[in-house]
Amino acid sequence: MTKSAEAIFMRLLRGVYTEPFAAAQDKLRECARNDVKNLVMKTKTILQNYLFVLPAVLIFSIFYIYPFYKVFTLSLCQWDGIARFDFAKNFIGLRNFIELFQDKIWWSAMLQAGYITLIALTFQNALALMLALACDRDIKGGNIYRVIFYLPPVLSEVVVGLVWKWIYDGNYGLLNYWLASIGLSNLVTDWLSNPNTALTCVTIIHCWKGFGWGFIIFLAGLQTIPRQLYEAAKVDGASSWQMFKSVTLPLMAPVFILVSILTVLGTMQVFVLILSMTGGGPGYHTEVPVTRILASMVRSSRFGYACSQGIMFGAVLLAVSFVQIRLSKYMKQA
Amino acid sequence: MLSLFIIFLSVFLVSCGPNAQNKEQVKSIKVWHWMSDRENAFLELAKRYEKETGVRVNFELYAPSDTYTQKVRAAAQTNTLPDIFGILGEKRDFASFVKSGYVYDLTEEINKDQGSWKNKLFAKALGVNEFEQGNSFEVKPGIYGISIDVTNIQMLYNKDLLQAVGVDNPPKTWRELVEVNKKLKAKGIQGLVSGWGETWMIDCFASNYAFNIMGKDKVLDTIRGKVSYADPDWVEVFDLFREMRDEGMLASGVVTMVNKTAEQLFANNRAAFAFNGSWCVNVYKGMNPDLNYGAMLPPKVSDRYPMTIWGGAGSSFMVNTKSKETQLAVDFLKWMTDTPQQVFLSKETQGLPSNKDSLRDIPMVLSQFASAMDNTTHPNVWGVSESPLVIETFDKGIQSIIIGEKTPEQLAREVQKVKEREMAKKTVN
Repeated sequence: MTKSAEAIFMRLLRGVYTEPFAAAQDKLRECARNDVKNLVMKTKTILQNYLFVLPAVLIFSIFYIYPFYKVFTLSLCQWDGIARFDFAKNFIGLRNFIELFQDKIWWSAMLQAGYITLIALTFQNALALMLALACDRDIKGGNIYRVIFYLPPVLSEVVVGLVWKWIYDGNYGLLNYWLASIGLSNLVTDWLSNPNTALTCVTIIHCWKGFGWGFIIFLAGLQTIPRQLYEAAKVDGASSWQMFKSVTLPLMAPVFILVSILTVLGTMQVFVLILSMTGGGPGYHTEVPVTRILASMVRSSRFGYACSQGIMFGAVLLAVSFVQIRLSKYMKQA
Repeated sequence: MLSLFIIFLSVFLVSCGPNAQNKEQVKSIKVWHWMSDRENAFLELAKRYEKETGVRVNFELYAPSDTYTQKVRAAAQTNTLPDIFGILGEKRDFASFVKSGYVYDLTEEINKDQGSWKNKLFAKALGVNEFEQGNSFEVKPGIYGISIDVTNIQMLYNKDLLQAVGVDNPPKTWRELVEVNKKLKAKGIQGLVSGWGETWMIDCFASNYAFNIMGKDKVLDTIRGKVSYADPDWVEVFDLFREMRDEGMLASGVVTMVNKTAEQLFANNRAAFAFNGSWCVNVYKGMNPDLNYGAMLPPKVSDRYPMTIWGGAGSSFMVNTKSKETQLAVDFLKWMTDTPQQVFLSKETQGLPSNKDSLRDIPMVLSQFASAMDNTTHPNVWGVSESPLVIETFDKGIQSIIIGEKTPEQLAREVQKVKEREMAKKTVN
């Protein structure tokens, strides 16, 4: 009810309405008409707003919420992916999660992915930063270097895996050939079949393939730092190290955080490279969470268990990202 | 003008509508498969079948096999399976498909006319697609698929490399194999190569020797949980891998090697022995047509039991229960497994035909493979199946023995532990 209609009512009720009653009726009708009109307009606006949002909501629901709901439901069930799914019949409660907590191979796969991530976070990103710093200077042929450094990330992971598998091959691999030809025959080994070297060999290739991403992001970050700051520091007599420590590092902090989050998320999910190079072997030495999920789903037909592994893995990644974001906030404040 | 438009529209609509006569004439069935190497041969057979019967067969290729497996499973869930399809995976997966009502029971068809269709095929090939009375999967007894070829996995030997170390005949016993390998090693020639990065091949090699050392009944009793994996006979099986490692009998990098790499090594005379399936004949022909090799049963360890190898149906096709053209699909499978078509397939793909009458005119190596069909067995015909986790621990554990991380005794205990845990889980369920 509009304010004017309310006022007419109140005056009528108190008996202080001086105009003829018919006029009051007309005014009230007018108000009612306006009310309805306003309501229709308001509803239309709301509906229009919802209509605009609807495609996004639908897409999000179909491709994110529903699959997540389905994965969560399946994680509470024992299902082979073939028989008709019947929640009541297949429901086993939290048994998949309990088994997962006791699954030593799963946790060792998680640790192995952690090892690759640690190397990527440190060596891969350090290399990316160094190369970005080098390319940030006005060096001759800078663009050529940028292209070369960015080549590995754009190559197909399967192709990279297979080529490096051939290089590492114990029978006719290039690496052993080179080692032998420079008199280091004692180092010749089956790089990917040796439990002591397999994971590190895969890690090196992962870093080689991945450093280009970090390089590009670091380079973009470095180029946003105003040159005047360096010039001012130079005038003050700062050395290169001091400029790096006091100008570059603090201003690059948000970029470091972004790159580290992307590195953790990307590396923990490493999969194609491992599948094409070692298949998770020898034994379980290069197994990572995604290869374990695949093994549960395809080799063992345990869809429910695979879904619980997926949820657990997602939760771990979420926790790690959360810690990283908290750390970054802390660093910013410091 | 308007009348002209109406006439044009009428003609257009009529021509777009279903043509009853055509619909009746062109009957068709759809086949999903994963065999990229046989695609051309299948297309040629489809052409011939349409010419003979007027029925169009649409072969659709979905490769690699992992992708195909997922596609078939998803199609089953959405009731969109084609008229004919194949099921890849273990017997329990096949059983699940049958129990869920996706697979047509072919028993009656195959036994028609005093079993004229059945009698043409290798019994071992039929067994893979059969569920016997009282099977542990609780599937209604019957035959649910037809194999279009047969296969078995044996050892291959390179005649030239063996002659180079003065060995004219391939070894028949394990001891002879060890001795031959010593000679090979002395000459810098690698011994056995196989794609043991693909763990099922390790499983296959190990179960051959398990059958030879302890016999079928004891192996199956182990799967049933009546015999322990820590039994000395199983330790003896695992010890063969330890011996191969210690004697340097295995090619370098065998534990992470995929079979394709192993095939390349053998085809390029880089190893004297290979452990591979009959499909290798086609592969080696492509890689090195001059390769001088033969096939043999894996050398026996014991005389107590015969050497049994994995084999039986190669690739099988099933008919969709919900297909509207069940009879057409059955008729096509009958035609496809008939002698002329099987001879054609065998010649085109260098595979072993599932039709016994088609064994004439096949290469020598293939006939060596064919002669071993009586020695074949397969987990899919055992009637019991091992838990996937036990199989994984078993296979990965053997990899660990080969890389020197575990002893046979350690692995035996570990596998038994997983077996007990899995059995306890079954009891709870």
